[in-house]
Amino acid sequence: MADVNNKQTEKKLDDVTRVRVLSPGMMVAKRFFRNKLAIVGLVIIACMFLFSFVGGMLIPYSQSQVFYTTTEMRKDYAGATLIDQFQFQLGEGVTLPKDIYSKMILADMQGDSVINSKDGTKLGAEKVGDKMYVLYALTEIKGTPQLLKAYKDLAEGENVISAEDGIFFFEGKADAPIPTFFEGERIATASQMSFTPYSADVSLSLDFCQMALRCFADGMNSFWAEEGEFTMEAEEDSALIQKDGEDFCFLSNMNFNAIGSNVYLTPEYKLTALEAIEEGRTSFEFPDAEGNLTEYEIENKNGQYTIKRFEETKVIATYEAPSGKHLVGTDANGMDLLARLMYGGRISLSIGFVVVFIEVFIGMIMGGVAGYFGKWVDNLIMRIVDVIYCIPSIPLYMILGSIMDYYKASSTVRIYVLCIVMGVLGWAGIARIVRGQILSLREQEFMIAAEATGISTYRRIFKHLIPNVVPQLIVFASMGLGEVILAEATLSFLGLGIKYPAASWGSIINAVNDSFVMTNYLFVWIPAGLFILLTVLAFNFIGDGLRDAFDPKMKR
Amino acid sequence: MKKFILKRLLISVVLLFFVSLIIYAIMRCMPMSYVETQAMALATRPGAKSYEEWVKQLNAQYGLDVGVIQGYFIWASKAVRMQFGDSWYWNQPVLTKFQNVIWYSFFLGLVTFIIEIIIAIPAGISAARKQYSLTDYSVTVIALLGISLPSFFFATILKYVFSVKLGWFDLYGIVGRMHESMTPMQQLGDIIWHMVLPVVTISVVSIGGLMRYTRTNMLEVLNSDYIRTARAKGVSERKVVNHHAFRNTLIPIVTLLGGSLPGLFSGAMITETLFQIPGIGYTSDVSIMQGDIPFVMFYMVFLAVLTLLGNLIADILYAVVDPRVRVS
Repeated sequence: MADVNNKQTEKKLDDVTRVRVLSPGMMVAKRFFRNKLAIVGLVIIACMFLFSFVGGMLIPYSQSQVFYTTTEMRKDYAGATLIDQFQFQLGEGVTLPKDIYSKMILADMQGDSVINSKDGTKLGAEKVGDKMYVLYALTEIKGTPQLLKAYKDLAEGENVISAEDGIFFFEGKADAPIPTFFEGERIATASQMSFTPYSADVSLSLDFCQMALRCFADGMNSFWAEEGEFTMEAEEDSALIQKDGEDFCFLSNMNFNAIGSNVYLTPEYKLTALEAIEEGRTSFEFPDAEGNLTEYEIENKNGQYTIKRFEETKVIATYEAPSGKHLVGTDANGMDLLARLMYGGRISLSIGFVVVFIEVFIGMIMGGVAGYFGKWVDNLIMRIVDVIYCIPSIPLYMILGSIMDYYKASSTVRIYVLCIVMGVLGWAGIARIVRGQILSLREQEFMIAAEATGISTYRRIFKHLIPNVVPQLIVFASMGLGEVILAEATLSFLGLGIKYPAASWGSIINAVNDSFVMTNYLFVWIPAGLFILLTVLAFNFIGDGLRDAFDPKMKR
Repeated sequence: MKKFILKRLLISVVLLFFVSLIIYAIMRCMPMSYVETQAMALATRPGAKSYEEWVKQLNAQYGLDVGVIQGYFIWASKAVRMQFGDSWYWNQPVLTKFQNVIWYSFFLGLVTFIIEIIIAIPAGISAARKQYSLTDYSVTVIALLGISLPSFFFATILKYVFSVKLGWFDLYGIVGRMHESMTPMQQLGDIIWHMVLPVVTISVVSIGGLMRYTRTNMLEVLNSDYIRTARAKGVSERKVVNHHAFRNTLIPIVTLLGGSLPGLFSGAMITETLFQIPGIGYTSDVSIMQGDIPFVMFYMVFLAVLTLLGNLIADILYAVVDPRVRVS
């Protein structure tokens, strides 16, 4: 023990191994790193930078990439309407009068067999079944009254006579003395039924239509038409017509139409749907093109049937909850929130640094000039500072924001304008600090010495005075960074700062203006708010630590 | 002293002239959406003049057809006679609207101010008394948290917890749904109840500054020579802190508080807008969005006057409170 003590006392007081001389900068650094809060702040800022700049590079998504998702949506597939108007199947080259729809209804109600249309043409309607007619073009048969009378007697009170050599129509009352008499030529059928051929390239002949209608009305099993022999399987309101054992045509009192543009409804499909409708079911199944059974739903609305089915539909993935694919979820535009947080962080942090740089640059020059030259220069600059202090900043930013809205400034232009305006309005505080510091430094001995050695004014200001102001500047800048980020976030929150598609933390929280988002999608606004809080807090911790480190007087 | 005040007053008037000129110039850049909308509405009336004619007439009516400088002097000559014109959006004189809404803001500001003083000053002093203790660290962290907390974020969290989850408060507004059917006392209570969340928001966000200011000044005082002398004389620690140190700390604090008195009228734009408290801040926010130039112009100049007034009060108070300044 004694030996050790002796050895220590032998060392000189300024022995290098005994006293570690630290430069002033090192002293500051040492004091700074002993401050736990400052270290926490440094770590947070480092993490934020890594998150925003490195994370932004690593994340596979971009800030404005929109994501889509597929959901099962019930979509209208087909519509079926009960036919309540006459449908006409025309022969080749036939046109019917324009008012035939109303005249046909009239004739059906009154039981007329000759239809007088407005343009003077006369049509004969032969009733083959309930609301089923065959229409004929009429040519008047001229003849002596005796002949006509004879015809009439032959008719035995009927208005329509089917004979071997054609079909004949009487007009007027049966007991009229001289009836008008016509010979008919078949031109169309009128019925409240629809014909659907099984293959799309078959066109149905008029003869087929009229024979089919007759057969259906009479409840027969087969009929002959131009095309050959057909068999009919009739149900109450529909019938399936086969030729040579193959399905040929489908007859029904429902009108089907596809709602999608590239949907072709096969007769089998219609038949199935019709059965379901007749049985009053609300859903049915039918195999699709690949043979998979698909479920269809039927909705009835005043005789209008809508057939719906679930379809895979591509929609924007809005407010998707956090998942493996989107770690923080997606926002209202279906963009990945994590990517937006990263890119938003870039903008928020960069704006902070750019604005503080502008503030310090202008503030240092103005404050330095004012403090060094004094007199009227000082007075003038300080009054400018006062004026800038008096301008209310938040309302001003809001006005500028609405001006930029009006001129539809792009999101990049907005960022630049915001930086410049915030910088130009923020330098006043720094100028005051610099001026105050320089005023007191100017009177100190080292400045008198500098003046005595004949150093130029420029060098005196920027080599001797300014470096002594730097500590205050650094403290102010680190705290100012936090303030700027907060101001930018507030503006973006109000929707006046950074705008879509660019992101900033403030503009991400903007979503809470919709209270539904606020209550239901916490993951949208909580992370961005926490990031702002943490970043600003970290800058304040660092600033606080720096102040303590630079100003050891405050330590006891 | 009189000369000093007079000089400061004169400088303030000059400053106000330039500030209002700048504000007016910026206001004139504002999109004239209000005039255009009005003209559009007027032009659609039966037998009305064309849209262009209406725009012209309205611009002339509102003094928007002359240059910025000329327009400013027209505005200023009226403003010094306290004629701020009619608000476009609110359809009443600017001053009437101002008188209707200012008291909400003042009440909000006053309550916050008192809460701030009650909490921040004792907290700052106790932090300074034991520097680097747990108290000091927690006060520093709380103060910095408050400073760093974005008011809109904090307000949203409060709304989420207390309005949405617990259902204690309404999300927006100054009065409840049943306000009309209440007795006057209940109505007052209703309004106060609706003020709770805004007051909490503003208090928490703004309390940090005063806390830190108190702590820094108290530390400075506690490190000064006369405190060391008092301790050396054997004065009890309680007396040192409460009498010698505290009174001296009061000098900068009173100056600061006095300077912020006019600020009680300035309204909290963000918080009022978030909670839709119909104070001056919320009214101005709506006015800015609607391009209501007379009202916004008035509000901006009003804020500038408040700032100048605050500086003036702080300067005077500084001289009044601290005898050393008066002597020099």
